[in-house]
Amino acid sequence: MDFTPSATAEQFGDEVRTLLASVFTDERRQHAHDTGTMHDWELHRAMADQGWIRQALPEALGGGGRGPEELAVLFRELELAGAPYDGMSICTMVASVLAHAGNEMQQREILPELLSGESLIALGYSEPDAGSDVAAARTRAVRDGDGWRIDGQKIFTSLAEESEWIFLLTRTNLDVPKHRGLTFFLVPTSAPGFELQPIRTLSGKRTNMTFYDGVQVGDEWRVGEVDGGWQVMLVALSFERGVAGGVRDAERLLAVAEAHARDAVDDDDRPLLEQPARRDALARLAIDTEVADLLTSRAAWVAASGKLPGIEGAASKLFATEAFQRSVNRLVDVAGPAGLVQAHDVSDLSAFYEYCYRFAPVTTIYGGTSEIQRNLVAQRGLGLPRGN
Amino acid sequence: MDLDPTDEQQSIVDVFGDLAQRTVPLDRLRDHEPVGFAPEMWEQLIAVGAPGMALPESMGGADATLLDLALAVEALGRRLAPAPLIEHAVTARLLARADALPTEVVDGTRIATLALRPARGGMARLVPAGAVATTVVAFHGTDLVVLDGEPGVHVANLASAPLADRDLTGARVLASGARAEQLHTEAVDEWRTLTASALAGLGLGSLEIGVRYVTEREQFGVPIGSFQALQHTLADVSVALDGAQLLARKAAWAHDSGHADAAVLGAMAFLFAAEQAQRASDRALHFHGGYGFMEEYDIQLFYRRAKGWANVLDEPAREYARLADLRYGPIPAAAG
Repeated sequence: MDFTPSATAEQFGDEVRTLLASVFTDERRQHAHDTGTMHDWELHRAMADQGWIRQALPEALGGGGRGPEELAVLFRELELAGAPYDGMSICTMVASVLAHAGNEMQQREILPELLSGESLIALGYSEPDAGSDVAAARTRAVRDGDGWRIDGQKIFTSLAEESEWIFLLTRTNLDVPKHRGLTFFLVPTSAPGFELQPIRTLSGKRTNMTFYDGVQVGDEWRVGEVDGGWQVMLVALSFERGVAGGVRDAERLLAVAEAHARDAVDDDDRPLLEQPARRDALARLAIDTEVADLLTSRAAWVAASGKLPGIEGAASKLFATEAFQRSVNRLVDVAGPAGLVQAHDVSDLSAFYEYCYRFAPVTTIYGGTSEIQRNLVAQRGLGLPRGN
Repeated sequence: MDLDPTDEQQSIVDVFGDLAQRTVPLDRLRDHEPVGFAPEMWEQLIAVGAPGMALPESMGGADATLLDLALAVEALGRRLAPAPLIEHAVTARLLARADALPTEVVDGTRIATLALRPARGGMARLVPAGAVATTVVAFHGTDLVVLDGEPGVHVANLASAPLADRDLTGARVLASGARAEQLHTEAVDEWRTLTASALAGLGLGSLEIGVRYVTEREQFGVPIGSFQALQHTLADVSVALDGAQLLARKAAWAHDSGHADAAVLGAMAFLFAAEQAQRASDRALHFHGGYGFMEEYDIQLFYRRAKGWANVLDEPAREYARLADLRYGPIPAAAG
């Protein structure tokens, strides 16, 4: 047993920090905050130029060079810097799927665009009536001559406004159990009949509703088999390998809250770090952060040994996000009235608690709700019987 | 990073798990209450060389690491083994560092223990293993003292642990001043780290019993473990216990590797394992319904020990404050 991070992972962490320091400047951070975008093109292209998107793909698929431990480091550094990285993680994941299951056209025309950082793709999974029950998707794809006609609606299609394509989950068969009647398509956002409408969220981040009204695509835009969408979905999930971000919010909160408490003073000019309630909240958060880090390292380690960290990834996501919410709530309380104040300037750390309080709810919802993760741990991890 | 135990580490887990299971299975644990000590368990531990395993070879030990010991006490904790291996091991290591290690402590024919909190007025209160140990090390005034003498009178307690007050009259001084404080602090730090592993084991043992029970027990015509109310709680418990186990092992590993943050990790591991062991045993008991409240069902044994093994050190709030002191330095005394 050895808890030492590998030398290559440590070194890669240095590289990522160096790149972030030069590209993701305070102005870029402020811009992301002001616009609510979940993407930074300069950062994305700088990372693509380093080869990090390509390297994140499995070696057998023409990628390689970066194992799961290094990927975990990449997303850790992005998260701790507060850099928008959703575009990067979606891009990497869909690129892996296309490298694995894409046809000749997709591998020739779309994959290189994703790998080079030229273009983005958005995930079209969730629908107004199909969230956690994603296999209940009703957006229809129907044969139309040699191609397909797509009609329906998706929700939370984040980054669609920046994307060339939507990686779209559709229903192609109504006569079979729901998991067996799904098919994936790549839908160009320039296609006639495609429309999007922004959704503002509690944290200020922007996502979208997307509409598909008689969108025509050729059969070469289909990914995987007809009615084989669920298999493609499983491939996509397996490439996330439990290391694609979303598990470091507590760690970032700890770093910011400690920095803030060291520098700021209360009404009586006493350093915030001397308040017993704050110290207690920070001590508890420090423990949760350590545990979340270990659970995430475990998922990466399982992936590195060539296994699928399904349960370990669920455990890490579940613990990290629930711990983040607990801690945010405590720290906002500790801050009292001052914890309610918003600030325009992102370098004003005192307003971070207020932002986190608005952001925290989504972390236990997106990427699989806590309830879905618990089902997985209980049924596949502990072997408890499925209910009805 | 490699989270798999080596073959040697796995054999420690297996040997100590089998030994505990064979010597005092759970359904015979009550025979050793209320004192909470089974002489045959200690004999078996002596037979495998456990009391001195983590001592230097030059002193008759086996040079095992703190992580080896952590794996051993995790396996013992999982089965609530009634023998004070943690107290004995950390005290033996302290005596080794103080150059005052008797061979009877190395081989375990004499049980040694440590008063975790400073003694007051010549008395060490609620000393773990104080009711069975014939060697007691305590911090008293500015001295570290060692007492050889008959075990103390058992104090009845929640965990059925061999607690006793010990009168330090006649104790010899081992060290004084800063050296005394350092020796005591190091030993208590090791105790925290090892107890974290024991508590993680206790939690995992509780979860095992809970999962088995809800899988077998039927109500409303189905196993109660098919209800999400139970599944989700047990999932949370399971994930947190995995974390507790990893953190306790990491703390022991950090200690062995001489990491600067080993004491901080030990403090974190202890607090987290204590909370999660309590929650695991409490929830597993609850899911037994009325049966969980019956003395006859084993889960109550875990529930009582989860609290007892942890709180014998101090009030948890003070341990959290101590962790903050370690990370941020103590709060300066108010001026004036």
